[in-house]
Amino acid sequence: MTTLIDAPPNEQDGLLPPKKSRSGGGLGAYIVVRFFLIFPTIFILVTLVFFLMRITGDPITAALGDRLPPEALAARIHEAGYDRPVIVQYFEYLGQIATGNFGRTISDNLLVTDMLASYGTATLELAINSLVVALLVGIPLGMVAARHRDKWPDAVLRFFAILCYATPVFFAGLLLKLVFSVALGWLPVAGRANSADEIALTSLVSPTGIYWLDAIRSGNMAALGDVMAHAVLPAVALGLLTGGVFLRLVRTNVIGTLSKDYVEAGRSRGVSEFRLVTKHAYKPALIPIITVMGLQIALLLGGAVLTETTFEWKGLGFQLAHYLTARDFVAVQGIVVLLAVIVALTNFIVDIVAALIDPRVRY
Amino acid sequence: MARKNQTLAQRLPILSHLRKSVGLQRGMLVTGLIITAIFLLTAALAPVIAPYGFAQHFDTQQPPSSAHLWGTTAGGYDVLSRVVWGTQTAVLVIVIAVVLSIFLGVALGLLSGYLGGWLDRVLVVIADAIYAFPTLLLAIVMSIAISHGRSDLWSGIFSAAISITVVFIPQYFRVIRAETIRLKAEPFVESAMVVGASSVRIMARHIYKNATRTLPLIFTLNASEAILTLAGLGFLGFGIEPTSAAEWGYDLNKALSDTTAGIWWTGVFPGAAIVLTVLGLTLVGESMNDLNDPRLRGRRRAGKSAPPAPIGPAGMGAVGTRGAGTSTVGISNTEDEVKV
Repeated sequence: MTTLIDAPPNEQDGLLPPKKSRSGGGLGAYIVVRFFLIFPTIFILVTLVFFLMRITGDPITAALGDRLPPEALAARIHEAGYDRPVIVQYFEYLGQIATGNFGRTISDNLLVTDMLASYGTATLELAINSLVVALLVGIPLGMVAARHRDKWPDAVLRFFAILCYATPVFFAGLLLKLVFSVALGWLPVAGRANSADEIALTSLVSPTGIYWLDAIRSGNMAALGDVMAHAVLPAVALGLLTGGVFLRLVRTNVIGTLSKDYVEAGRSRGVSEFRLVTKHAYKPALIPIITVMGLQIALLLGGAVLTETTFEWKGLGFQLAHYLTARDFVAVQGIVVLLAVIVALTNFIVDIVAALIDPRVRY
Repeated sequence: MARKNQTLAQRLPILSHLRKSVGLQRGMLVTGLIITAIFLLTAALAPVIAPYGFAQHFDTQQPPSSAHLWGTTAGGYDVLSRVVWGTQTAVLVIVIAVVLSIFLGVALGLLSGYLGGWLDRVLVVIADAIYAFPTLLLAIVMSIAISHGRSDLWSGIFSAAISITVVFIPQYFRVIRAETIRLKAEPFVESAMVVGASSVRIMARHIYKNATRTLPLIFTLNASEAILTLAGLGFLGFGIEPTSAAEWGYDLNKALSDTTAGIWWTGVFPGAAIVLTVLGLTLVGESMNDLNDPRLRGRRRAGKSAPPAPIGPAGMGAVGTRGAGTSTVGISNTEDEVKV
């Protein structure tokens, strides 16, 4: 999870050679340099996780440790090559992923790339759904809080935002389940769809893996309703976490822009407060929000692991917990590489967008 | 301590903040302090408050009754006792995690910022990579690596604390490094260099004291994050064994399967404990953060004595400038000051 405070955009952080003359290096050079910084990020995370996973033990002991005699176990480990020096295994792995070969998962013998594709879409669907919830909650409420700064609506909304942060997603999920699934019986308890719909959707000719999209494409309206009903609670649980952050961001930034001269000018001309907030102050306040969105991706992905476990949503996070227990190095590393690429790419795009909007970011 | 010549209120961060606060902000700060105090007291007095031990077995899944005020879990534990004992685990993990990460983060930040060069570059890239990655995932892998799965009280607490530390170091590192770079250019550091003070002395005496002003704030916010990470680890089953210590995340994990049967007491109480504790710590941290920032500090105190109709920036003929505080300070660089 990311801290509430700080989280500055990557600028001025010494990512680039500091104090390189301001005139030198235009946007093009900045983009190129920034692009190549993606690789060390991925490389560092892959290396870190590789060595940490080797400390945790090996998958063969984890799976058969108490069932096989030590000699048979050692033979199996030798066969799989896990008794070789770690550094040799490390360079072998680096060589493999450099050529795009991520191997096969040890515990269920899937191609890692297939595993990532099938579970990744489930996580993507959850991320999209919860991002929608987060934006729907965060932006309007943030504007309301800024408009009524230091009055009771602001106090209530700020408290709500802190509450969103303070509630772990799995507890929010548990409460939502208790109320909406068990007590009221409105929504399903867990999963992504009923088994019949799940089979119908996964057996389509070229499924995208995002169930609501597949349901719409195949015109299966009953399945769409079912998928939507399953999607609500996880999306709300995870969306509120991010929504609270958005609320605070929007509030702080709209308060900032509300005190600018041009807003005062508008006010003096009799523009209504509502219009001032929604038209004048809101748009420039979005710019810093975009730059912080990059860091929200990490929060969202971390939260996805917990949300998926809570709702048995079979995505990357759900599988990651499973593979970690099985000490399935290959699968865990595959997932980490994918997540590292997503995080690094998002931060890269965000930095470029920030540089396009604000020339001061470049140096 | 070089701070001896300051008054008591200036030395103690929370007291000075309390004096500065007004209205809503004081309310937030006081609420936070009260909740945090209750949390700490519960942890200290857990043996007295808890009716039973955290690993004591009873009949399973009993609803709340006079014998078990908050009922019992599927594993037969007394919910109230586990929630109370859980505060101890939380305090231990917070203290170990935050102290370790402050120590390492500050040391690395000072070195990196002061010495610069390739060391700085390498550390920044590593810190950024870790900082950007989902912290919980890293904490899980760390915790498995340290404890090889489940573990007893101390190794469980240490593995949770160290996993959290790894995630927090980059945050302290970033703050301290940025401050160090700023301070390095200050005249008092330059004069120390001219006089011939060693690098170690300059870092330890001159920069360290000045760069660590914001630490109490990060401490409170990280304490709440440490609780959430600990609970997350426990929830995913990579935390502390239930017989070694009471841990709220683990209890919530076990409570998840109870929900379908309509059993609410096993999950609601430990969950509420997490929310309240994090809420208290966050309210304290938040208020301190706002009070440290003149632009966000409550403006009512100035407003009371200020002229009834504040005059806005000259030339604009502002009508109804919103309070004296904002218009005088002016917000120049919102991008750099974003509070998430």
